[in-house]
Amino acid sequence: MNDLATYNFAYLDEQTKRMIRRAILKAIAIPGYQVPFASREMPMPYGWGTGGVQVTASILGPNDVLKVIDQGADDTTNAVSIRAFFQKVANVAVTTKTKEATIIQTRHRIPEEPLRDGQTLVYQVPIPEPLRFLEPRETETRKMHALEEYGLMHVKLYEDIARNGHIATTYAYPVKVEGRYVMDPSPTPKFDNPKMHMSEALQLFGAGREKRIYAVPPHTEVVSLDFEDHPFEIQKFDKPCALCGAANVYLDEVVLDDKGGRMFVCSDTDHCEGRQAHGHAGPMLARPRHQCKEPAE
Amino acid sequence: MSAVPLLKVKDVSKFYGSRIGCRSVSFVLYPGEVLAVVGESGSGKTTLLSCLSTRLMPSSGIIEYHMRDGQYRDLAHMGEAERRFLMRTDWGFVHQNPADGLRMTVSAGANVGERLMAVGDRHYGNIRASASDWLRRVEIGEDRIDDQPRTFSGGMRQRLQIARNLVTSPRLVFMDEPTGGLDVSVQARLLDLVRGLVHDLGLAAVIVTHDLAVARLLSHRMMVMKDGTVIEQGLTDRVLDDPREPYTQLLVSSILQV
Ligand SMILES: Nc1ncnc2c1ncn2[C@@H]1O[C@H](COP(=O)(O)OP(=O)(O)OP(=O)(O)O)[C@@H](O)[C@H]1O
Ligand SMILES: [Mg+2]
Ligand SMILES: [Zn+2]
Repeated sequence: MNDLATYNFAYLDEQTKRMIRRAILKAIAIPGYQVPFASREMPMPYGWGTGGVQVTASILGPNDVLKVIDQGADDTTNAVSIRAFFQKVANVAVTTKTKEATIIQTRHRIPEEPLRDGQTLVYQVPIPEPLRFLEPRETETRKMHALEEYGLMHVKLYEDIARNGHIATTYAYPVKVEGRYVMDPSPTPKFDNPKMHMSEALQLFGAGREKRIYAVPPHTEVVSLDFEDHPFEIQKFDKPCALCGAANVYLDEVVLDDKGGRMFVCSDTDHCEGRQAHGHAGPMLARPRHQCKEPAE
Repeated sequence: MSAVPLLKVKDVSKFYGSRIGCRSVSFVLYPGEVLAVVGESGSGKTTLLSCLSTRLMPSSGIIEYHMRDGQYRDLAHMGEAERRFLMRTDWGFVHQNPADGLRMTVSAGANVGERLMAVGDRHYGNIRASASDWLRRVEIGEDRIDDQPRTFSGGMRQRLQIARNLVTSPRLVFMDEPTGGLDVSVQARLLDLVRGLVHDLGLAAVIVTHDLAVARLLSHRMMVMKDGTVIEQGLTDRVLDDPREPYTQLLVSSILQV
Protein backbone atom coordinates (compact mmCIF):
# COMPACT_ATOMS: atom_id res chain seq x y z
CA MET A 1 0.00 0.00 0.00
CA ASN A 2 2.98 2.30 -0.46
CA ASP A 3 1.89 4.42 -3.40
CA LEU A 4 -1.48 5.21 -1.87
CA ALA A 5 -0.36 8.69 -0.84
CA THR A 6 -0.67 9.83 -4.44
CA TYR A 7 -4.35 8.93 -4.63
CA ASN A 8 -7.34 11.22 -4.21
CA PHE A 9 -8.87 11.80 -0.74
CA ALA A 10 -10.26 8.47 0.47
CA TYR A 11 -8.62 6.66 -2.48
CA LEU A 12 -11.51 6.81 -4.99
CA ASP A 13 -11.58 9.55 -7.60
CA GLU A 14 -14.37 12.13 -7.30
CA GLN A 15 -16.27 10.83 -10.30
CA THR A 16 -16.43 7.34 -8.87
CA LYS A 17 -17.53 8.72 -5.53
CA ARG A 18 -20.31 10.68 -7.19
CA MET A 19 -21.46 7.55 -8.96
CA ILE A 20 -21.49 5.60 -5.70
CA ARG A 21 -23.22 8.44 -3.85
CA ARG A 22 -25.94 8.43 -6.47
CA ALA A 23 -26.41 4.71 -5.87
CA ILE A 24 -26.50 5.35 -2.12
CA LEU A 25 -29.12 8.08 -2.49
CA LYS A 26 -31.25 5.81 -4.61
CA ALA A 27 -30.84 3.03 -2.06
CA ILE A 28 -31.94 5.37 0.73
CA ALA A 29 -34.95 6.44 -1.31
CA ILE A 30 -36.03 2.80 -1.77
CA PRO A 31 -35.26 1.14 1.57
CA GLY A 32 -34.08 -2.46 1.18
CA TYR A 33 -33.82 -2.33 -2.62
CA GLN A 34 -30.53 -3.49 -4.12
CA VAL A 35 -29.11 -0.79 -6.36
CA PRO A 36 -26.52 -1.94 -8.92
CA PHE A 37 -23.34 0.11 -9.02
CA ALA A 38 -20.08 -0.06 -10.95
CA SER A 39 -17.93 -1.58 -8.26
CA ARG A 40 -14.24 -0.63 -8.51
CA GLU A 41 -11.14 -2.61 -7.88
CA MET A 42 -9.82 -1.81 -4.44
CA PRO A 43 -6.30 -2.47 -3.24
CA MET A 44 -7.51 -5.46 -1.20
CA PRO A 45 -9.21 -8.78 -1.96
CA TYR A 46 -13.02 -9.03 -2.25
CA GLY A 47 -13.32 -11.06 0.93
CA TRP A 48 -12.06 -8.01 2.75
CA GLY A 49 -15.21 -6.06 2.26
CA THR A 50 -14.46 -3.96 -0.80
CA GLY A 51 -18.16 -3.06 -1.09
CA GLY A 52 -18.20 -1.57 2.39
CA VAL A 53 -14.86 0.13 1.76
CA GLN A 54 -16.18 1.81 -1.38
CA VAL A 55 -19.29 3.02 0.44
CA THR A 56 -17.21 4.37 3.30
CA ALA A 57 -14.77 6.02 0.89
CA SER A 58 -17.66 7.76 -0.85
CA ILE A 59 -19.31 9.20 2.26
CA LEU A 60 -16.21 9.94 4.29
CA GLY A 61 -15.36 13.60 4.93
CA PRO A 62 -12.25 15.07 6.59
CA ASN A 63 -14.13 15.68 9.85
CA ASP A 64 -15.49 12.17 10.20
CA VAL A 65 -14.40 9.82 12.94
CA LEU A 66 -14.12 6.25 11.72
CA LYS A 67 -14.51 3.00 13.60
CA VAL A 68 -14.00 -0.38 11.92
CA ILE A 69 -15.10 -3.66 13.45
CA ASP A 70 -14.95 -7.26 12.44
CA GLN A 71 -16.86 -9.81 14.55
CA GLY A 72 -17.42 -6.96 17.01
CA ALA A 73 -13.71 -6.40 17.54
CA ASP A 74 -11.60 -3.45 16.47
CA ASP A 75 -8.32 -5.32 16.58
CA THR A 76 -8.70 -8.13 14.05
CA THR A 77 -6.47 -8.09 10.97
CA ASN A 78 -9.34 -7.10 8.69
CA ALA A 79 -10.49 -4.22 10.91
CA VAL A 80 -6.97 -2.99 11.56
CA SER A 81 -6.09 -3.01 7.85
CA ILE A 82 -9.21 -1.15 6.75
CA ARG A 83 -8.76 1.42 9.50
CA ALA A 84 -5.10 1.89 8.55
CA PHE A 85 -6.12 2.20 4.90
CA PHE A 86 -8.45 5.11 5.60
CA GLN A 87 -6.00 6.76 7.94
CA LYS A 88 -3.52 6.67 5.12
CA VAL A 89 -5.73 7.69 2.17
CA ALA A 90 -8.02 10.13 4.00
CA ASN A 91 -6.08 11.00 7.11
CA VAL A 92 -9.30 10.83 9.15
CA ALA A 93 -9.56 10.45 12.88
CA VAL A 94 -10.19 6.89 13.98
CA THR A 95 -11.62 5.49 17.16
CA THR A 96 -12.61 2.22 18.74
CA LYS A 97 -15.42 3.87 20.70
CA THR A 98 -18.87 3.45 19.23
CA LYS A 99 -20.06 6.68 20.85
CA GLU A 100 -17.32 8.77 19.23
CA ALA A 101 -17.60 7.40 15.71
CA THR A 102 -19.54 9.13 12.96
CA ILE A 103 -19.02 6.24 10.53
CA ILE A 104 -18.72 2.63 11.62
CA GLN A 105 -17.75 0.06 9.04
CA THR A 106 -18.67 -3.43 10.11
CA ARG A 107 -18.50 -7.05 9.22
CA HIS A 108 -20.74 -9.39 11.27
CA ARG A 109 -21.93 -7.16 14.09
CA ILE A 110 -23.99 -4.15 15.06
CA PRO A 111 -22.52 -2.45 18.16
CA GLU A 112 -24.33 -3.10 21.43
CA GLU A 113 -24.49 0.59 22.22
CA PRO A 114 -27.61 1.99 20.50
CA LEU A 115 -26.58 4.07 17.49
CA ARG A 116 -27.79 7.61 17.35
CA ASP A 117 -28.87 10.25 14.91
CA GLY A 118 -25.97 11.34 12.71
CA GLN A 119 -24.09 8.04 12.80
CA THR A 120 -23.77 5.80 9.74
CA LEU A 121 -23.23 2.07 9.89
CA VAL A 122 -21.61 0.63 6.77
CA TYR A 123 -21.94 -3.14 6.32
CA GLN A 124 -19.57 -5.27 4.27
CA VAL A 125 -21.81 -7.68 2.40
CA PRO A 126 -20.65 -10.84 0.64
CA ILE A 127 -23.99 -11.99 -0.89
CA PRO A 128 -26.70 -9.33 -1.06
CA GLU A 129 -29.46 -11.46 -2.61
CA PRO A 130 -31.59 -13.20 0.03
CA LEU A 131 -33.37 -15.29 -2.61
CA ARG A 132 -30.16 -16.55 -4.19
CA PHE A 133 -29.85 -19.86 -2.35
CA LEU A 134 -33.11 -21.19 -3.86
CA GLU A 135 -33.27 -19.23 -7.07
CA PRO A 136 -29.92 -18.87 -8.80
CA ARG A 137 -31.30 -16.97 -11.80
CA GLU A 138 -30.71 -13.25 -11.40
CA THR A 139 -33.50 -12.36 -13.87
CA GLU A 140 -35.94 -14.36 -11.78
CA THR A 141 -34.90 -12.95 -8.38
CA ARG A 142 -35.18 -9.43 -9.77
CA LYS A 143 -38.69 -10.18 -10.94
CA MET A 144 -39.56 -11.65 -7.54
CA HIS A 145 -38.46 -8.44 -5.82
CA ALA A 146 -40.29 -6.30 -8.35
CA LEU A 147 -43.52 -8.26 -7.94
CA GLU A 148 -43.08 -8.79 -4.20
CA GLU A 149 -43.10 -12.55 -4.62
CA TYR A 150 -41.41 -13.61 -1.44
CA GLY A 151 -42.90 -17.05 -0.82
CA LEU A 152 -39.47 -18.59 -1.36
CA MET A 153 -38.09 -16.96 1.77
CA HIS A 154 -40.61 -18.86 3.80
CA VAL A 155 -39.75 -22.05 1.93
CA LYS A 156 -36.28 -21.67 3.37
CA LEU A 157 -37.60 -21.11 6.88
CA TYR A 158 -39.97 -24.07 6.41
CA GLU A 159 -36.98 -26.26 5.51
CA ASP A 160 -35.20 -25.06 8.60
CA ILE A 161 -38.04 -26.06 10.88
CA ALA A 162 -38.64 -29.36 9.07
CA ARG A 163 -34.98 -30.27 9.52
CA ASN A 164 -34.25 -28.87 12.96
CA GLY A 165 -37.58 -28.47 14.69
CA HIS A 166 -37.03 -24.72 14.86
CA ILE A 167 -35.75 -21.92 12.66
CA ALA A 168 -32.05 -22.69 12.72
CA THR A 169 -30.91 -19.76 10.62
CA THR A 170 -28.77 -17.72 12.97
CA TYR A 171 -26.84 -15.49 10.57
CA ALA A 172 -27.99 -13.43 7.61
CA TYR A 173 -31.54 -13.87 8.85
CA PRO A 174 -33.88 -12.32 6.25
CA VAL A 175 -35.87 -9.19 7.06
CA LYS A 176 -38.62 -7.21 5.40
CA VAL A 177 -37.87 -3.51 5.16
CA GLU A 178 -40.63 -0.93 5.49
CA GLY A 179 -43.18 -3.60 4.56
CA ARG A 180 -41.80 -3.94 1.05
CA TYR A 181 -38.38 -5.36 0.14
CA VAL A 182 -36.97 -8.52 1.63
CA MET A 183 -33.33 -7.94 2.51
CA ASP A 184 -30.33 -9.91 3.65
CA PRO A 185 -28.83 -8.13 6.64
CA SER A 186 -25.39 -9.55 5.69
CA PRO A 187 -23.68 -12.11 7.94
CA THR A 188 -24.68 -10.44 11.18
CA PRO A 189 -26.16 -12.75 13.82
CA LYS A 190 -29.94 -12.61 14.05
CA PHE A 191 -29.31 -11.32 17.58
CA ASP A 192 -28.63 -7.95 15.92
CA ASN A 193 -31.74 -7.89 13.71
CA PRO A 194 -33.89 -6.00 16.24
CA LYS A 195 -31.24 -3.27 16.38
CA MET A 196 -31.87 -2.50 12.72
CA HIS A 197 -35.53 -1.77 13.40
CA MET A 198 -36.26 1.95 13.80
CA SER A 199 -32.57 2.69 14.27
CA GLU A 200 -31.67 6.36 14.54
CA ALA A 201 -28.57 5.74 12.43
CA LEU A 202 -28.33 5.43 8.67
CA GLN A 203 -27.45 1.87 7.62
CA LEU A 204 -25.68 1.33 4.30
CA PHE A 205 -24.78 -2.04 2.77
CA GLY A 206 -22.08 -2.52 0.17
CA ALA A 207 -21.41 -5.71 -1.79
CA GLY A 208 -18.25 -5.30 -3.86
CA ARG A 209 -18.05 -8.52 -5.83
CA GLU A 210 -21.82 -8.54 -6.49
CA LYS A 211 -21.87 -4.80 -7.24
CA ARG A 212 -24.88 -3.89 -5.12
CA ILE A 213 -25.64 -1.18 -2.58
CA TYR A 214 -28.71 -1.09 -0.37
CA ALA A 215 -29.79 0.96 2.60
CA VAL A 216 -32.01 1.26 5.62
CA PRO A 217 -32.62 4.93 6.38
CA PRO A 218 -33.10 6.08 9.99
CA HIS A 219 -36.44 5.25 11.63
CA THR A 220 -37.28 2.46 9.19
CA GLU A 221 -39.32 -0.61 10.01
CA VAL A 222 -37.23 -3.78 9.79
CA VAL A 223 -39.10 -7.00 10.53
CA SER A 224 -37.55 -10.46 10.70
CA LEU A 225 -39.52 -13.06 8.73
CA ASP A 226 -41.10 -15.92 10.64
CA PHE A 227 -44.16 -18.15 11.02
CA GLU A 228 -47.10 -17.52 13.33
CA ASP A 229 -46.37 -20.75 15.18
CA HIS A 230 -42.57 -20.31 15.01
CA PRO A 231 -42.04 -16.63 15.83
CA PHE A 232 -38.67 -14.94 15.34
CA GLU A 233 -36.43 -15.18 18.38
CA ILE A 234 -32.94 -13.91 19.05
CA GLN A 235 -30.18 -16.04 20.52
CA LYS A 236 -30.22 -16.20 24.31
CA PHE A 237 -27.16 -16.69 26.48
CA ASP A 238 -27.64 -18.29 29.87
CA LYS A 239 -24.72 -16.46 31.48
CA PRO A 240 -23.59 -12.85 31.40
CA CYS A 241 -20.23 -11.79 29.92
CA ALA A 242 -17.42 -13.34 31.96
CA LEU A 243 -15.43 -10.12 31.90
CA CYS A 244 -17.92 -7.27 32.28
CA GLY A 245 -21.04 -9.05 33.53
CA ALA A 246 -23.22 -7.67 30.72
CA ALA A 247 -26.45 -9.54 30.10
CA ASN A 248 -28.49 -9.31 26.87
CA VAL A 249 -25.42 -8.86 24.70
CA TYR A 250 -23.96 -11.12 22.04
CA LEU A 251 -21.26 -13.37 23.47
CA ASP A 252 -18.36 -15.17 21.84
CA GLU A 253 -16.88 -18.33 23.22
CA VAL A 254 -13.24 -18.06 24.16
CA VAL A 255 -11.17 -21.17 24.79
CA LEU A 256 -8.93 -20.69 27.80
CA ASP A 257 -6.72 -23.76 27.82
CA ASP A 258 -6.40 -27.21 26.32
CA LYS A 259 -8.32 -28.81 29.20
CA GLY A 260 -11.69 -27.63 27.94
CA GLY A 261 -11.65 -24.40 29.94
CA ARG A 262 -13.74 -21.72 28.22
CA MET A 263 -15.59 -18.53 28.88
CA PHE A 264 -18.19 -16.40 27.14
CA VAL A 265 -17.35 -12.77 26.60
CA CYS A 266 -18.83 -9.80 24.76
CA SER A 267 -18.18 -9.98 21.03
CA ASP A 268 -18.33 -6.16 21.04
CA THR A 269 -14.93 -5.44 22.58
CA ASP A 270 -15.52 -1.70 22.91
CA HIS A 271 -18.72 -2.31 24.83
CA CYS A 272 -16.95 -4.78 27.14
CA GLU A 273 -13.98 -2.52 27.80
CA GLY A 274 -16.24 0.45 28.40
CA ARG A 275 -18.20 -1.45 31.01
CA GLN A 276 -15.05 -2.70 32.73
CA ALA A 277 -13.72 0.86 32.83
CA HIS A 278 -16.93 1.82 34.62
CA GLY A 279 -16.29 -0.81 37.26
CA HIS A 280 -18.46 -3.65 35.98
CA ALA A 281 -16.93 -7.07 36.45
CA GLY A 282 -18.07 -10.48 35.29
CA PRO A 283 -17.51 -13.75 37.17
CA MET A 284 -14.08 -14.21 35.59
CA LEU A 285 -12.76 -10.90 36.85
CA ALA A 286 -14.67 -10.83 40.12
CA ARG A 287 -12.89 -13.96 41.31
CA PRO A 288 -9.20 -14.11 42.09
CA ARG A 289 -7.22 -15.00 38.98
CA HIS A 290 -5.72 -18.31 40.14
CA GLN A 291 -9.17 -19.81 40.70
CA CYS A 292 -10.10 -19.17 37.11
CA LYS A 293 -7.01 -20.78 35.72
CA GLU A 294 -7.42 -23.95 37.70
CA PRO A 295 -11.09 -24.62 38.24
CA ALA A 296 -11.98 -26.80 41.21
CA GLU A 297 -12.15 -30.48 40.32
CA MET B 1 -70.78 -28.94 -16.84
CA SER B 2 -71.39 -25.27 -16.31
CA ALA B 3 -72.76 -23.24 -19.19
CA VAL B 4 -69.99 -20.62 -18.99
CA PRO B 5 -66.63 -21.47 -20.55
CA LEU B 6 -63.52 -21.19 -18.40
CA LEU B 7 -61.24 -20.53 -21.33
CA LYS B 8 -62.10 -19.01 -24.70
CA VAL B 9 -59.48 -19.38 -27.40
CA LYS B 10 -59.95 -17.57 -30.68
CA ASP B 11 -57.72 -17.73 -33.75
CA VAL B 12 -54.51 -18.18 -31.86
CA SER B 13 -51.37 -18.34 -33.98
CA LYS B 14 -47.74 -18.40 -33.07
CA PHE B 15 -44.92 -17.96 -35.55
CA TYR B 16 -41.26 -18.46 -34.82
CA GLY B 17 -39.97 -16.05 -37.42
CA SER B 18 -41.38 -17.50 -40.61
CA ARG B 19 -41.86 -20.96 -39.15
CA ILE B 20 -45.34 -21.89 -37.99
CA GLY B 21 -45.67 -22.98 -34.38
CA CYS B 22 -49.45 -23.19 -34.42
CA ARG B 23 -52.05 -21.48 -36.59
CA SER B 24 -55.63 -20.26 -36.10
CA VAL B 25 -56.50 -22.46 -33.16
CA SER B 26 -59.94 -21.86 -31.66
CA PHE B 27 -61.83 -23.72 -28.96
CA VAL B 28 -63.59 -23.23 -25.66
CA LEU B 29 -62.97 -25.18 -22.49
CA TYR B 30 -65.62 -25.58 -19.80
CA PRO B 31 -65.05 -26.00 -16.08
CA GLY B 32 -64.32 -29.63 -15.28
CA GLU B 33 -63.60 -30.48 -18.90
CA VAL B 34 -60.47 -32.29 -20.01
CA LEU B 35 -59.13 -31.56 -23.46
CA ALA B 36 -56.40 -33.69 -24.99
CA VAL B 37 -54.17 -32.21 -27.68
CA VAL B 38 -52.65 -34.95 -29.81
CA GLY B 39 -50.46 -35.02 -32.88
CA GLU B 40 -47.08 -36.09 -34.09
CA SER B 41 -43.82 -34.54 -33.07
CA GLY B 42 -43.51 -30.95 -34.25
CA SER B 43 -47.23 -30.54 -34.84
CA GLY B 44 -47.44 -27.57 -32.46
CA LYS B 45 -48.82 -29.09 -29.25
CA THR B 46 -46.30 -27.56 -26.88
CA THR B 47 -46.44 -24.25 -28.70
CA LEU B 48 -50.20 -24.11 -28.24
CA LEU B 49 -49.97 -25.10 -24.58
CA SER B 50 -47.33 -22.43 -23.99
CA CYS B 51 -49.56 -19.78 -25.54
CA LEU B 52 -52.56 -20.86 -23.46
CA SER B 53 -50.58 -20.82 -20.24
CA THR B 54 -49.00 -17.41 -21.03
CA ARG B 55 -45.51 -18.88 -21.20
CA LEU B 56 -45.41 -17.67 -24.79
CA MET B 57 -47.04 -14.61 -26.26
CA PRO B 58 -49.17 -15.59 -29.30
CA SER B 59 -48.42 -13.76 -32.55
CA SER B 60 -52.14 -13.17 -32.97
CA GLY B 61 -55.48 -14.27 -31.57
CA ILE B 62 -57.27 -13.83 -28.26
CA ILE B 63 -57.27 -16.01 -25.15
CA GLU B 64 -59.78 -15.10 -22.49
CA TYR B 65 -60.02 -16.60 -19.03
CA HIS B 66 -63.03 -16.56 -16.74
CA MET B 67 -61.66 -15.13 -13.50
CA ARG B 68 -63.01 -16.04 -10.09
CA ASP B 69 -64.67 -12.65 -9.92
CA GLY B 70 -66.85 -13.69 -12.87
CA GLN B 71 -65.14 -11.45 -15.45
CA TYR B 72 -63.41 -12.58 -18.61
CA ARG B 73 -59.89 -11.28 -18.96
CA ASP B 74 -57.76 -11.16 -22.09
CA LEU B 75 -54.56 -12.85 -20.95
CA ALA B 76 -52.41 -10.76 -23.27
CA HIS B 77 -53.58 -7.60 -21.52
CA MET B 78 -53.07 -8.79 -18.00
CA GLY B 79 -50.27 -7.29 -15.94
CA GLU B 80 -47.35 -9.55 -15.17
CA ALA B 81 -47.95 -9.57 -11.42
CA GLU B 82 -51.56 -10.60 -11.89
CA ARG B 83 -50.66 -13.22 -14.47
CA ARG B 84 -48.04 -14.78 -12.27
CA PHE B 85 -50.47 -14.77 -9.38
CA LEU B 86 -53.04 -16.55 -11.53
CA MET B 87 -50.43 -19.10 -12.57
CA ARG B 88 -49.64 -20.10 -9.02
CA THR B 89 -53.14 -20.02 -7.62
CA ASP B 90 -55.91 -20.73 -10.10
CA TRP B 91 -53.74 -22.62 -12.57
CA GLY B 92 -51.33 -25.50 -12.51
CA PHE B 93 -48.64 -26.53 -14.96
CA VAL B 94 -47.31 -30.07 -15.00
CA HIS B 95 -44.08 -30.39 -16.98
CA GLN B 96 -43.04 -33.52 -18.81
CA ASN B 97 -39.77 -33.47 -16.92
CA PRO B 98 -40.58 -33.20 -13.19
CA ALA B 99 -37.24 -31.49 -12.54
CA ASP B 100 -38.57 -28.51 -14.51
CA GLY B 101 -41.54 -28.15 -12.21
CA LEU B 102 -40.03 -29.07 -8.84
CA ARG B 103 -37.40 -27.61 -6.59
CA MET B 104 -35.10 -30.58 -6.46
CA THR B 105 -33.08 -29.37 -3.47
CA VAL B 106 -35.90 -28.71 -1.03
CA SER B 107 -38.03 -31.29 0.72
CA ALA B 108 -41.23 -32.76 -0.71
CA GLY B 109 -43.17 -30.93 2.01
CA ALA B 110 -41.72 -27.57 1.04
CA ASN B 111 -42.33 -28.32 -2.64
CA VAL B 112 -46.00 -28.81 -1.90
CA GLY B 113 -46.16 -25.97 0.61
CA GLU B 114 -44.48 -23.37 -1.59
CA ARG B 115 -47.63 -22.14 -3.27
CA LEU B 116 -49.37 -21.81 0.08
CA MET B 117 -46.50 -19.71 1.38
CA ALA B 118 -46.53 -17.71 -1.85
CA VAL B 119 -50.12 -16.68 -1.23
CA GLY B 120 -49.37 -15.67 2.34
CA ASP B 121 -49.89 -18.74 4.50
CA ARG B 122 -47.72 -18.14 7.55
CA HIS B 123 -48.62 -21.03 9.81
CA TYR B 124 -46.00 -23.78 9.65
CA GLY B 125 -48.24 -26.41 11.22
CA ASN B 126 -51.06 -25.79 8.75
CA ILE B 127 -48.73 -25.76 5.75
CA ARG B 128 -47.21 -29.03 6.84
CA ALA B 129 -50.60 -30.60 7.42
CA SER B 130 -51.69 -29.61 3.90
CA ALA B 131 -48.47 -30.96 2.43
CA SER B 132 -48.91 -34.20 4.29
CA ASP B 133 -52.50 -34.49 3.12
CA TRP B 134 -51.49 -33.90 -0.50
CA LEU B 135 -48.68 -36.41 -0.39
CA ARG B 136 -51.20 -38.97 0.77
CA ARG B 137 -53.57 -38.04 -2.03
CA VAL B 138 -50.88 -38.60 -4.64
CA GLU B 139 -49.87 -41.86 -2.97
CA ILE B 140 -46.53 -40.75 -1.61
CA GLY B 141 -45.82 -42.02 1.90
CA GLU B 142 -46.19 -39.23 4.43
CA ASP B 143 -42.91 -40.39 5.93
CA ARG B 144 -41.23 -39.03 2.79
CA ILE B 145 -42.33 -35.47 3.55
CA ASP B 146 -38.85 -34.33 4.55
CA ASP B 147 -37.04 -36.09 1.71
CA GLN B 148 -35.88 -34.22 -1.36
CA PRO B 149 -37.35 -35.21 -4.74
CA ARG B 150 -33.82 -36.14 -5.79
CA THR B 151 -34.37 -39.31 -3.82
CA PHE B 152 -37.70 -40.07 -5.53
CA SER B 153 -38.40 -42.31 -8.52
CA GLY B 154 -39.61 -40.76 -11.76
CA GLY B 155 -43.23 -41.67 -11.04
CA MET B 156 -43.05 -40.27 -7.52
CA ARG B 157 -41.54 -37.05 -8.79
CA GLN B 158 -44.35 -36.66 -11.27
CA ARG B 159 -46.93 -37.28 -8.54
CA LEU B 160 -45.17 -34.76 -6.33
CA GLN B 161 -45.27 -32.21 -9.12
CA ILE B 162 -49.00 -32.77 -9.40
CA ALA B 163 -49.52 -32.34 -5.66
CA ARG B 164 -47.46 -29.14 -5.72
CA ASN B 165 -49.78 -27.76 -8.38
CA LEU B 166 -53.05 -28.81 -6.83
CA VAL B 167 -52.51 -27.58 -3.29
CA THR B 168 -54.06 -24.17 -4.03
CA SER B 169 -57.16 -25.79 -5.59
CA PRO B 170 -56.63 -24.49 -9.12
CA ARG B 171 -59.49 -24.63 -11.60
CA LEU B 172 -57.34 -25.23 -14.67
CA VAL B 173 -54.28 -27.41 -15.12
CA PHE B 174 -51.99 -27.63 -18.14
CA MET B 175 -50.02 -30.81 -18.66
CA ASP B 176 -47.35 -31.44 -21.27
CA GLU B 177 -46.80 -35.17 -21.78
CA PRO B 178 -47.31 -35.92 -18.09
CA THR B 179 -46.57 -39.61 -18.57
CA GLY B 180 -43.74 -39.23 -21.07
CA GLY B 181 -40.50 -40.80 -19.98
CA LEU B 182 -42.15 -43.14 -17.48
CA ASP B 183 -42.34 -46.86 -18.01
CA VAL B 184 -45.63 -48.44 -18.83
CA SER B 185 -46.73 -49.75 -15.42
CA VAL B 186 -45.78 -46.44 -13.79
CA GLN B 187 -47.68 -44.60 -16.50
CA ALA B 188 -50.82 -46.60 -15.83
CA ARG B 189 -50.76 -45.81 -12.14
CA LEU B 190 -50.18 -42.12 -12.79
CA LEU B 191 -53.00 -41.97 -15.29
CA ASP B 192 -55.38 -43.56 -12.81
CA LEU B 193 -54.33 -41.05 -10.22
CA VAL B 194 -54.71 -38.06 -12.55
CA ARG B 195 -58.09 -39.29 -13.69
CA GLY B 196 -59.26 -39.66 -10.09
CA LEU B 197 -58.02 -36.22 -9.06
CA VAL B 198 -59.42 -34.45 -12.09
CA HIS B 199 -62.77 -36.06 -11.42
CA ASP B 200 -62.82 -35.48 -7.65
CA LEU B 201 -61.67 -31.87 -7.90
CA GLY B 202 -63.73 -31.00 -10.95
CA LEU B 203 -60.56 -29.73 -12.65
CA ALA B 204 -60.46 -28.46 -16.18
CA ALA B 205 -57.32 -29.58 -17.96
CA VAL B 206 -55.50 -29.27 -21.25
CA ILE B 207 -53.30 -32.32 -21.70
CA VAL B 208 -50.74 -32.57 -24.46
CA THR B 209 -49.85 -36.08 -25.46
CA HIS B 210 -48.88 -38.07 -28.47
CA ASP B 211 -50.25 -41.19 -26.80
CA LEU B 212 -53.83 -41.80 -27.89
CA ALA B 213 -54.35 -44.17 -24.97
CA VAL B 214 -53.69 -41.28 -22.60
CA ALA B 215 -56.20 -39.16 -24.48
CA ARG B 216 -58.76 -41.98 -24.35
CA LEU B 217 -58.35 -42.48 -20.63
CA LEU B 218 -58.25 -38.88 -19.46
CA SER B 219 -60.03 -36.60 -21.85
CA HIS B 220 -63.61 -35.72 -22.69
CA ARG B 221 -62.66 -33.97 -25.89
CA MET B 222 -59.65 -34.02 -28.11
CA MET B 223 -57.98 -31.96 -30.79
CA VAL B 224 -55.75 -33.46 -33.46
CA MET B 225 -52.96 -31.21 -34.68
CA LYS B 226 -50.86 -31.44 -37.79
CA ASP B 227 -48.33 -28.92 -39.06
CA GLY B 228 -49.51 -26.36 -36.53
CA THR B 229 -53.22 -26.51 -37.31
CA VAL B 230 -56.11 -28.34 -35.71
CA ILE B 231 -57.39 -30.74 -38.31
CA GLU B 232 -60.07 -32.45 -36.27
CA GLN B 233 -61.70 -31.98 -32.89
CA GLY B 234 -64.60 -33.53 -31.07
CA LEU B 235 -65.61 -35.83 -28.24
CA THR B 236 -62.74 -38.19 -27.55
CA ASP B 237 -64.68 -41.39 -28.11
CA ARG B 238 -66.09 -40.09 -31.36
CA VAL B 239 -62.69 -39.00 -32.72
CA LEU B 240 -61.02 -42.24 -31.75
CA ASP B 241 -63.81 -44.59 -32.80
CA ASP B 242 -64.97 -42.73 -35.87
CA PRO B 243 -62.19 -40.45 -37.13
CA ARG B 244 -63.27 -38.26 -40.03
CA GLU B 245 -60.01 -36.89 -41.33
CA PRO B 246 -57.73 -39.25 -43.23
CA TYR B 247 -54.78 -38.15 -41.09
CA THR B 248 -56.65 -38.96 -37.90
CA GLN B 249 -57.62 -42.32 -39.34
CA LEU B 250 -53.95 -43.00 -39.99
CA LEU B 251 -53.01 -41.91 -36.52
CA VAL B 252 -55.65 -44.09 -34.91
CA SER B 253 -54.91 -47.14 -37.00
CA SER B 254 -51.17 -46.91 -36.46
CA ILE B 255 -51.79 -46.92 -32.74
CA LEU B 256 -54.07 -49.91 -33.01
CA GLN B 257 -51.40 -51.81 -34.80
CA VAL B 258 -48.94 -51.34 -31.97
N1 LIG C 1 -38.37 -21.93 -29.75
C1 LIG C 1 -38.62 -22.25 -31.04
N2 LIG C 1 -38.02 -21.59 -32.03
C2 LIG C 1 -38.27 -21.90 -33.31
N3 LIG C 1 -39.11 -22.86 -33.69
C3 LIG C 1 -39.74 -23.55 -32.74
C4 LIG C 1 -39.53 -23.30 -31.36
N4 LIG C 1 -40.28 -24.14 -30.62
C5 LIG C 1 -40.93 -24.91 -31.53
N5 LIG C 1 -40.62 -24.56 -32.79
C6 LIG C 1 -41.16 -25.14 -34.02
O1 LIG C 1 -42.57 -25.06 -33.96
C7 LIG C 1 -43.16 -26.25 -34.45
C8 LIG C 1 -44.05 -26.86 -33.37
O2 LIG C 1 -43.21 -27.26 -32.29
P1 LIG C 1 -43.80 -27.81 -30.91
O3 LIG C 1 -42.67 -27.91 -29.94
O4 LIG C 1 -44.94 -26.99 -30.52
O5 LIG C 1 -44.29 -29.26 -31.33
P2 LIG C 1 -44.85 -30.47 -30.44
O6 LIG C 1 -46.11 -30.88 -31.09
O7 LIG C 1 -44.90 -30.09 -29.02
O8 LIG C 1 -43.74 -31.59 -30.69
P3 LIG C 1 -43.21 -32.76 -29.70
O9 LIG C 1 -44.26 -33.83 -29.73
O10 LIG C 1 -41.95 -33.21 -30.36
O11 LIG C 1 -42.99 -32.15 -28.36
C9 LIG C 1 -42.01 -27.14 -34.90
O12 LIG C 1 -41.80 -26.93 -36.25
C10 LIG C 1 -40.84 -26.61 -34.12
O13 LIG C 1 -39.64 -26.82 -34.83
MG1 LIG D 1 -43.91 -30.84 -27.22
ZN1 LIG E 1 -18.31 -7.97 28.32
